[in-house]
Amino acid sequence: MKEKNVSGMPRPLSIEETYNSRPRRWWLYTLVVFLVALLLAWAAGGVTFKGIATKGSEVARGIASGLTNPDWDLLLGRIKEDTTVTTVAGIRVSTEGVPYLLFQTIAIAFLGTIIGGILAIPFSFLASDRIVPKWIGWIFRLLILLIRTIPSLVWALVWIRVTGPNAFCGVVTQSVCSIGMISKMYMTAIEDLDVRILESLDASGCSAFQKIRYGVLPQIIPNFISTVIYRFDINMKDATTLGIVGAGGIGAPLIQCITSSRWSMVGAYLFGLILLMLVIEWLSTRIRNRLTRG
Amino acid sequence: MKKKTEGTYRVPLFDRVFRPQTVVLSNGHTVQRPRSRMPLIAAGIVLMIWLSIQLTGFDLSIIARRGHQFTVILSKIFSPDIFNIQAGTFEKFGLAPENVNLLSVFDGRWWQALWYTMTNSFASNVFGPLWDTLRMSVLGSFIGATLALPIAVAASTNINRNRTTVLILRFLLNIVRTLPTLVIAKIFALIFGLGTFAGTMSILVFTLGVICKMMYESIETIDMGAFEAMESFGATKFQGFWSASMKQILPTYLSYCLYALEMNVRAASILGYVGAGGLGLLIDERIGWRDYNGLGTVLLMLFLLVVSIESLSRFLRKKLS
Repeated sequence: MKEKNVSGMPRPLSIEETYNSRPRRWWLYTLVVFLVALLLAWAAGGVTFKGIATKGSEVARGIASGLTNPDWDLLLGRIKEDTTVTTVAGIRVSTEGVPYLLFQTIAIAFLGTIIGGILAIPFSFLASDRIVPKWIGWIFRLLILLIRTIPSLVWALVWIRVTGPNAFCGVVTQSVCSIGMISKMYMTAIEDLDVRILESLDASGCSAFQKIRYGVLPQIIPNFISTVIYRFDINMKDATTLGIVGAGGIGAPLIQCITSSRWSMVGAYLFGLILLMLVIEWLSTRIRNRLTRG
Repeated sequence: MKKKTEGTYRVPLFDRVFRPQTVVLSNGHTVQRPRSRMPLIAAGIVLMIWLSIQLTGFDLSIIARRGHQFTVILSKIFSPDIFNIQAGTFEKFGLAPENVNLLSVFDGRWWQALWYTMTNSFASNVFGPLWDTLRMSVLGSFIGATLALPIAVAASTNINRNRTTVLILRFLLNIVRTLPTLVIAKIFALIFGLGTFAGTMSILVFTLGVICKMMYESIETIDMGAFEAMESFGATKFQGFWSASMKQILPTYLSYCLYALEMNVRAASILGYVGAGGLGLLIDERIGWRDYNGLGTVLLMLFLLVVSIESLSRFLRKKLS
């Protein structure tokens, strides 16, 4: 029903007509839905619900009761006569207490991130095509991909054979694991480097050292620091996981307490862990926001 | 950086302790140059490094003494036994071993021999747990992502105007996100018994936390005009969101889902360590038996799975944007 109006132009479509002539790709949607349904059916076929374990409801109740009344002596790290004690920087602390374990977790993540961040610098420069020949860059990028794909837990289990099960193993593992992601993000920063600044510094007669000091470093350092802080965030979470295989920190005692159903201790460890994670995340977001705003 | 409130400038604590340097310019004016904060930050970092070394028992000499162990293990991992073709395999398929070279890949019999090696070596044991890992992550990601959408809508300040419920929801989500996946998996393995169901549940919870956080942040940046127009017609919040805002967030949502699936395949591979099904069990077992060639096989297959999932998801995400 195309009516011509006075000017002879076709009448603009009404809202209803536009709506009715919207693109319809129902066959595409049907295909996608069908494929997803097929995938889910395959996945659901392998995952069977065998009911709640005999101890299941007891575990759930135990965790709830542990979180509502945690072991305060443990949470505050009070020293009693039967606790094992160590001296750190002249202060006597209980090695089972939450504060010591949390600080150890932070220390593992901190050292691991710093070492990883330093080791990633040569990796990232050697992997970017702007600096080295293509084939060298390709080799180093493959190496970075390999480091990233091996799960950190596997790295830890391998390093334990070298260092023994202690916090040092956690540090070494995190140093190696961090290289993967950090150098990938460094590489982006290097690729985004504005070389026109170097040309203008050249034109004003700067030496090579001055070019790096005033042309390169101011561009990449905020980026690098922001990357390292972001990785520290991730490493904090990872350090707990690594603890589970015996690489120091709060992970191992937490899992032991869960296995042996000491719920008030589980509550104390979980409390400390959640609090620490929230604080670290808040701090790291604040520092990174400040870095990006300059 | 300067905080100005009603015309008064509050000098930061640092500048009150370390007074700024006064510089007299050639024209007689004086300017204040604040002291550099670098020495203080550097001192803080050095102090933290020293404390960390005390707390972790950092000792490089251990690596110097026992580092060769690591290279031994690593070289075994990089020669997975999937490539250890047993003597007599080539003869079985009518190939002479001395004639096998790079060109043999064009020969069907070479592939038969490889397939035979794969299905008869340790690698054949890897397929089951490998598919379990993929199943857990697909199912967990799907259910987690589906549940995450309504929760994320309820936790975004521009749709839900009730401040208290938003704060409570976000606090709960934060707690879910801060718990390490392995701890969640351990708890679920105790509740639901060992196996893939516990793994699926922990992937589900983990996905829920991550996608909710990313989604409510992006829902808060959408254009609210269409939603408000719908509300002014008398549409309910649900109707308004469904017809006005859903179109805006759907591409972002789908790409987050794919991203979560990518992460979950990696995460699911270690859940078996605490008994939640999948490859982790096998990884733990191989390391326990010091069978690092076997570990290499497991890792190689995991690597192939991760790379293929990643490239598929990257392709789909490129289509979405």
